[in-house]
Amino acid sequence: MRIQLSVNGEKHEADVEPRLLLVHLLRENLRLTGTHIGCDTTHCGACTVLLEGRAVKSCTVFAVQANGKQLMTVEGLEQNGNLHPLQAGFMAEHGLQCGYCTPGMLMTSYAFLQKNPKPSEDDIRWAISGNLCRCTGYVNIVKAVQHAAAALAQGGK
Amino acid sequence: MIPAAFEYHTPGSIKEATALLARLGEDAKVLSGGQSLIPLMKLRLSSPRHVVDINGIEGLDGVREADGFLRIGALTRESDLEASDLVRTRYPLLYDTCKVIADPLVRNLATVGGNLAHADPANDHPATMLALGAEVIAVGTKGERKIPIGSFFTGPFATALSPDEILVEIRIPASTARSGGAYLKLERKVGDFATAAVAAHVVLSAGGTCDQVGIGLTNVGLTPIKATQAEAALKGKRPDAAAIKQASELAAAAAQPSDDLRGSAEYKKDLVRVLTARALRRAVERAEGRK
Repeated sequence: MRIQLSVNGEKHEADVEPRLLLVHLLRENLRLTGTHIGCDTTHCGACTVLLEGRAVKSCTVFAVQANGKQLMTVEGLEQNGNLHPLQAGFMAEHGLQCGYCTPGMLMTSYAFLQKNPKPSEDDIRWAISGNLCRCTGYVNIVKAVQHAAAALAQGGK
Repeated sequence: MIPAAFEYHTPGSIKEATALLARLGEDAKVLSGGQSLIPLMKLRLSSPRHVVDINGIEGLDGVREADGFLRIGALTRESDLEASDLVRTRYPLLYDTCKVIADPLVRNLATVGGNLAHADPANDHPATMLALGAEVIAVGTKGERKIPIGSFFTGPFATALSPDEILVEIRIPASTARSGGAYLKLERKVGDFATAAVAAHVVLSAGGTCDQVGIGLTNVGLTPIKATQAEAALKGKRPDAAAIKQASELAAAAAQPSDDLRGSAEYKKDLVRVLTARALRRAVERAEGRK
């Protein structure tokens, strides 16, 4: 089946089997390997991308379901060589250790801060409760999101 | 994990979808949020030859109060239910429930209709809807019909829907003064199914007795369970400590759990007793406007 979709503002076309998962389309067909496959069982959130602005687990969506839709992946955060405040926050606060969960954490947090720009710590923990960090680095992940929220409030983009 | 190959259909209307389902029969599965179906397909526990994606059908989502009901479109995402002021302020039992289903990312796609039509006894909305006395609207090639939730779940992963029917809407009697509810779920971690969970709904009379009582149980049997004897025991009574204790013991007696990694059957039965008592107390507090 032929599908068309927009990823990080760029139009793509692909001819796919209906059973192809969105995460495989992104990684293998479009070579956007920033999105990780973690558990492959809808638990860990490493594969989180935005589908029409909503954070979803791309291992649990068929690529054909994204036909005609807008997607954003972790590659869409940096603009013209400038890191997004979330990326800068994860660097500044050591929000990653092995880094495997980071793309998913970033995308979930990106969608979350758009809805809730001034979150409490509890709000952040609630928001990332579908993203697992096997290094258990949650304390610094929360700080990184707070860092980004503060930067965005001061007019970062 | 790669699912078995299937043919993908995207009907643009309910009429087109039901005609397709009538033609394909048992070989087809309806795809709504896909958060139960796709994992099952990846594990090859389900390998439908046809997948009918209903997400392109207009008018199947949204929450509103009309004609004495809260009307929930089958494609309403759990996260939209969670974000609805109407649900948060007037339907505490529903609000409690949609906050503890799976995790926030799954809830961005998972639908209320799918949670019911999938009929997994571990799903959370069945118990809620049993407690609230909901009805389900189904549309098939022969037209529309209403199915009371009490006769909707016919077995494990089985419902009263025929192969050509689509669940299009859930109707819950509109919230009234002095009504309240609560959903209490014990889970090992976010995203896990319930070890056990209890949905309680009460409507109090002006005199403070229980005019209506609804109690639904999650993941303690082969189907979602309506604890009818517990409901009957509390109805007409003042919800004092003794009456709540009796109802919670009857709810535990109605549970038919089995031993698994989440706990022994004995433990889960006792958990139902404790959760029922707490859920009823919170439901009564909310009905009285205390919480």
